Amino acid sequence: MNSPLKRVALACMVMFGLLMLNVNYLQAVKAEGIREDSRNERNFFERYQVQRGRITAGNKVLAESVETDDNTYKYERRYPEGKVYAPVTGFFAPESEHAVEQAKNSLLDGSSADLLIRRSLDLFTGAQTKGANVEVTIDPKAQEAAYKALGASGKKGALVAIEPKTGAILAMVSIPTYDPNELSRANKKVVNNAYAKLEKDEDQPLVNRAINRTYPPGSTFKVVTMAAYLAADDTLGPQSQVDAPQVLDLPNTTADLPNYAGAACGSGRVTLSFALEKSCNTPFGKIAMELGYDALKEQADAFGIGESVEIPMEVSPSSIGPEEDAAALAQASIGQRSNQMTPLQMAMVAAGIANNGVVMKPYLVEKVADAEGTEIEGADPEELSEAMSEENAAKLKEMMVNVVAKGTAGAAQIPGVTVAGKTGTAETSEGRDPHAWFISFAPAEDPKVAVALIVESGSAGSDASGGQTAAPIAKSVMEAVLNK
Amino acid sequence: MSTPSVEPVPLPSKRRLAQLAMLAFAVLITLGAYANVGLAIDGQIPSGMLTYGLSLGGFMLAAYLVLAKFAPWADPLILPLVTLINGLGLVMIYRLEESDAFGASANTQLLWTAVGVVLFAVTLVVLRDHRALQRLTYTAGALGLFLLISPLLPLLGKEENGARIWIGIPGVGQLQPAEFAKIALIVFFAGYLVAKRDVLALAGRRLLFIDLPRARDLGPILVTWGLSLGVLILQKDLGSSLLIFGTFIVMLYVATQRTSWVLIGVLLFLGGAVLAGMIFDHVQARWEIFLNPEDPVLYERSPGGSAQLMQGLFAMSEGGILGTGLGQGQPRVIPLAISDFIFAAVGEELGLTGLMALLMVYALLVERGLRTSIAARDPFSKLLAGGLSFLLAWQVFIIVGGVTNLIPLTGLVTPFMSQGGSALLANWILIALLVRMSDAARRPAPQAIQDEGMTQVFQR
Repeated sequence: MNSPLKRVALACMVMFGLLMLNVNYLQAVKAEGIREDSRNERNFFERYQVQRGRITAGNKVLAESVETDDNTYKYERRYPEGKVYAPVTGFFAPESEHAVEQAKNSLLDGSSADLLIRRSLDLFTGAQTKGANVEVTIDPKAQEAAYKALGASGKKGALVAIEPKTGAILAMVSIPTYDPNELSRANKKVVNNAYAKLEKDEDQPLVNRAINRTYPPGSTFKVVTMAAYLAADDTLGPQSQVDAPQVLDLPNTTADLPNYAGAACGSGRVTLSFALEKSCNTPFGKIAMELGYDALKEQADAFGIGESVEIPMEVSPSSIGPEEDAAALAQASIGQRSNQMTPLQMAMVAAGIANNGVVMKPYLVEKVADAEGTEIEGADPEELSEAMSEENAAKLKEMMVNVVAKGTAGAAQIPGVTVAGKTGTAETSEGRDPHAWFISFAPAEDPKVAVALIVESGSAGSDASGGQTAAPIAKSVMEAVLNK
Repeated sequence: MSTPSVEPVPLPSKRRLAQLAMLAFAVLITLGAYANVGLAIDGQIPSGMLTYGLSLGGFMLAAYLVLAKFAPWADPLILPLVTLINGLGLVMIYRLEESDAFGASANTQLLWTAVGVVLFAVTLVVLRDHRALQRLTYTAGALGLFLLISPLLPLLGKEENGARIWIGIPGVGQLQPAEFAKIALIVFFAGYLVAKRDVLALAGRRLLFIDLPRARDLGPILVTWGLSLGVLILQKDLGSSLLIFGTFIVMLYVATQRTSWVLIGVLLFLGGAVLAGMIFDHVQARWEIFLNPEDPVLYERSPGGSAQLMQGLFAMSEGGILGTGLGQGQPRVIPLAISDFIFAAVGEELGLTGLMALLMVYALLVERGLRTSIAARDPFSKLLAGGLSFLLAWQVFIIVGGVTNLIPLTGLVTPFMSQGGSALLANWILIALLVRMSDAARRPAPQAIQDEGMTQVFQR
């Protein structure tokens, strides 16, 4: 029986040989491809093995990783301030990150090449690698004031506050929003369900309205038209006269351009300052048709409109719309038609005027430092463009001060502070409530803060207007920054 | 008249010291791995290390002493190899328990290991001559059959995870009788085939290039085939069915030396498999999964989806060549990591390196068993040792091949590693039988103490 036994022994050897070959093929050759499969939960556990850095604003902790007693999910991401800072922090989901969590991901989780030295030191000393901490430019007082004021009585909308001299973003609010804690749990199913629910929500709480949604800017855009007009002729000033008919006839159309609510604008011939104060439509329509599309476009470009900006999150580009006919141009000049702006873009416009015509590149990250506190990245304020000459900026500033002092934006007055501003009440479509806009900066003589905000159509009643609805919100944010 | 050679026959060495050293080495590797798990998970040596080390070391020393006393000539490699596999299984179960894997309990497994060693010792002490089993051929057959069908009996049987393979014993818990049935059946096959092999080997006619057996001699193979199909159909236990039938075919081949039996066996197997595939969804499901484990539709399917298999493959891929290190992977997410998929769990943490070593240990164990079979002096021992060794190899092939998607996955335990008392106890008995036979095979033939002329000296 020995010869068949020897054959059986050989067969057993072949069986083990096959197993060994297959294991080699699996673990040495095919492993990488299989490992990457999205159904391999290990890819997702690794995210929880490192103590991710904190995100802070001033002395407020916006996001932190807390150690759990679970071995699989060693750290849990928490957002102590929750919803208020959601558009800034974003969230840390099992398979993705958003906003600052995404933009600074490799630094936060410690994998960035900039942290190589730190990591090698850790390897040497045996210390556990920790992610770098990110400090954002947000001023907690401004952010909270904005969240409170904008979120009051069920309003929807967005607000951005910028420091005009640097471009640092002091507040960025988008309402409605979400609780990042719920999207950052270490459980794919729970997070996916929560995400799907938010995604289906008609109000789109996941969209950061401040930078990723554009709206018709309405009359706030008149400052851009005004800037273009001032740039065209050095002799013009706040007291220069313009035609202000009750209705402006638009060429080649049956439509006309009336003033707000069809009202008359002064005596039909008014100063530039008056036209802005009362937000008359007809003089701006006329100016724009006089200047032509290219001049208006050039001025818009100078304010950074149409440029792609990263703060570090990508900002949706704004646009005044394509060149059409004179009628379209007249409508675009007062922020209607295909004129679409993000709230951040309008804040940049306000900040540019405030900063003597120079638009600074907006940024959200003040500083990134490793776990030991050594700075890795620091903010470096950069000029984005020169939108206006200093003289013209001063003229426009004077007119915007008048808007608040004796025009449509009385609600934005702060005792003891000169506030400059411009209201906007943008038509959306026939029969729907308007968007209420307001852009402003203060103090006018040495601006510390520029604000742009929108209260969305339908969330503040049918009589919503920039002056009544939006201006008081901007006021409370400016007060928070100025410590009033 | 010839004079018998006066030269003494060279005696095979007992190598007892080597065996003790290897045994100590196996226990040390296990303890090192155990400490490693603790250090990786909590940063300290596990608190139970001393108890654990003393128990495992104690059991194995006891096993060794019994072996040294009652089977002194036994193969020195078998016990250390089994100790190493059993120990690594314990470490893996402990590691899975630490990360709260479902059902993992290292203490229970340690207890079962102790009982296994006791059964090993008892078998060696009681069964002084394994040929006694040959007289129990039909008893063993009846016992095997009874054990196999016992889960189907109304009072005893219990169904779990869709397979009816458990029996409940009041006060003890539950057992998988099929594990013990396998050994009883192999004893029966060996005894039966020794008796019938001449008929099965010689009678028949030649057709083309192959010797076909007579139709009436097809009885045994058909009965076994029916038995396997019965296990498959009534208990939905694909693995055991394949295991029993495959081992029988190999034993039949060894007994008769006729390739035609293997051919008939393979044909019957294929026929059975196709038939089962047509009748049973779960058999067909296994086949689909084998061909396309990554298919998302199959992955999501429940029951009978490929999620289990894929999780095992993910684990092994994650391990790569060197593994994540004990305690540093995530074997917790593999379904059934403590039983059917323990091989994948080892693959994740010890990597290709660990799996190759483990397979090599299994291969060595099988090889020592087959060596015993070749060295054995009587046909019954040859068949029994060969059958038991092949059973071990075949079982490793079926489960490891299934987990690594070399062949369709059928559930079986990984011998000596998977958590579960029945399999562990049965396998320790199997090893005791191999040790007993290797002792008999290696024991030197009695030497003539004087010139006995024509008289032949026999050991009885």
